[in-house]
Amino acid sequence: MMTASPATDAAIVKLEDVHLSFGQTQVLKGIDLTINKGDAVSIIGPSGSGKSTILRCINALVTPQSGKITVAGTRVDQLTKESERIQLRKRVGIVFQQYNLFPHLTVLDNIVLAPTRILGADKTATVKLARELLEKVRLSEKADAYPGQLSGGQQQRVAIARALAMKPELVLFDEVTSALDPETVGEVLWVIRDLIRDGMTSILVTHEMRFAEEISDTVVFTENGRIVDHGSPQQIFHSTENPRIRQFVGGLSGGGRGAVRDGEGI
Amino acid sequence: MSMAVTQTPKKSSRVLRYIGFVAMPLLVVVWSLIDLSLGKELVEWIPYLASGFSMNILITICAVTLGTTAGVVLGLMQLAPFWFVRLPAQIYVQIFRNAPALVLIFATTYIFPFEIVMFGNYLPFPDWVKAVIGLAILSSAYIAEITRGAVLSIPTTQWEATKGLGFSRLQALRFVILPQCVRRSLPPWMNVASSMAMGTSLASLVGVHELMHAATDASTAVRRLDFTIIAYVVVMAAFFTLCYPIARLTRRLEQRFNAG
Repeated sequence: MMTASPATDAAIVKLEDVHLSFGQTQVLKGIDLTINKGDAVSIIGPSGSGKSTILRCINALVTPQSGKITVAGTRVDQLTKESERIQLRKRVGIVFQQYNLFPHLTVLDNIVLAPTRILGADKTATVKLARELLEKVRLSEKADAYPGQLSGGQQQRVAIARALAMKPELVLFDEVTSALDPETVGEVLWVIRDLIRDGMTSILVTHEMRFAEEISDTVVFTENGRIVDHGSPQQIFHSTENPRIRQFVGGLSGGGRGAVRDGEGI
Repeated sequence: MSMAVTQTPKKSSRVLRYIGFVAMPLLVVVWSLIDLSLGKELVEWIPYLASGFSMNILITICAVTLGTTAGVVLGLMQLAPFWFVRLPAQIYVQIFRNAPALVLIFATTYIFPFEIVMFGNYLPFPDWVKAVIGLAILSSAYIAEITRGAVLSIPTTQWEATKGLGFSRLQALRFVILPQCVRRSLPPWMNVASSMAMGTSLASLVGVHELMHAATDASTAVRRLDFTIIAYVVVMAAFFTLCYPIARLTRRLEQRFNAG
């Protein structure tokens, strides 16, 4: 009904009372969330609490039953045509848990494909950009390798470079380290940390509590399709009154990553 | 990629090549030299058989080309989100995939006229073209199923990745999904291509002058049992040289894709 006015310009993503269900299962039960340009926001919470679904709502991979979603001036919930959703997705990057690189293309071609074919960008300029991005994710020497020849961490860094090549206004990270072995998690987090320092608006769904604490401007805790609390990392991780969050955060951040796995097992 | 896996097909292919390219021709040559009158007959008829064989090659190439093009389109139509695109393709594929090649060749031969009138000109509609159409219909139905299966075998996460990057469905198919399908569908495609090559012999039954037809002509003209036998050995050797390279070529392509 209204496009972004100058007063609300700082907010790049705004969700208002978003409800979504898959069949009988209610996944989101009224989500309100505002994210400002340049912010890094981490969404944490137990599995099945709707974290990933929030991300998928933001780039219109799923459409909620009710509620308002505004992303960079576009009312996402009002998009009816697939072509309009495609226009939005070109501006919102997403990186998946399973990297999903294209196995038949080299690393460089994986990055170049979408900008040249989808945005119609100049090939030479895009190759140059792709090489710069590869340098940024420290994989310059792997430009001509195929995804199958890379480790999980390397593939995920290529996936981040691929998303960045579209010059997105914000990037969504959907549990990007969950499928990685502990040794390669660090190299992926490094890249994301750099990106956030450069001022990229980032929304992360993550189980890396220490990382979330370190890089986030805001931490959001979700459970059962609702946002239980949100605030600065200091508030959520150290001074929350909410016993559920204390329990979750305490149980997870105690002994590093190994404890994360064990904690979830119990 | 263990040694055992790579060595077994190599060994068996060497044996196959030995039988096809050495044993059968050797049998023909030795027999012709033992009985020189037989050899003389054979030499006389070889050009006639060769002219027949060129027809088999022509029909194979045309039928497989047409069938592959139509089959890929039909396979994608079967996966279309709209029922009015999906349904006709599904009906076509189910009907023709279960039809014997010979029935289709007979059907096309008698359904299509022997000539077409176009602006008062009579254009001939030769029998071999009808055989091409018959085999192309059959192969398109097979290839439609191969294409459909290959597209479905691509993990949904690949579609998700293209969606996240702003690809439309058709762009995703063209740049990401179909290129990955090529490698997966090569082995079954090879089967279709070589069974079409062998199926060209059925065209003899509707009077197309191809190798089988030529061999039958030759054996009725010469009227010698030993000549009849050796003529059909020649036919077998010829079909081997047509089908075996298709298998080899496909295997080499597969290896190249795997290496890549």
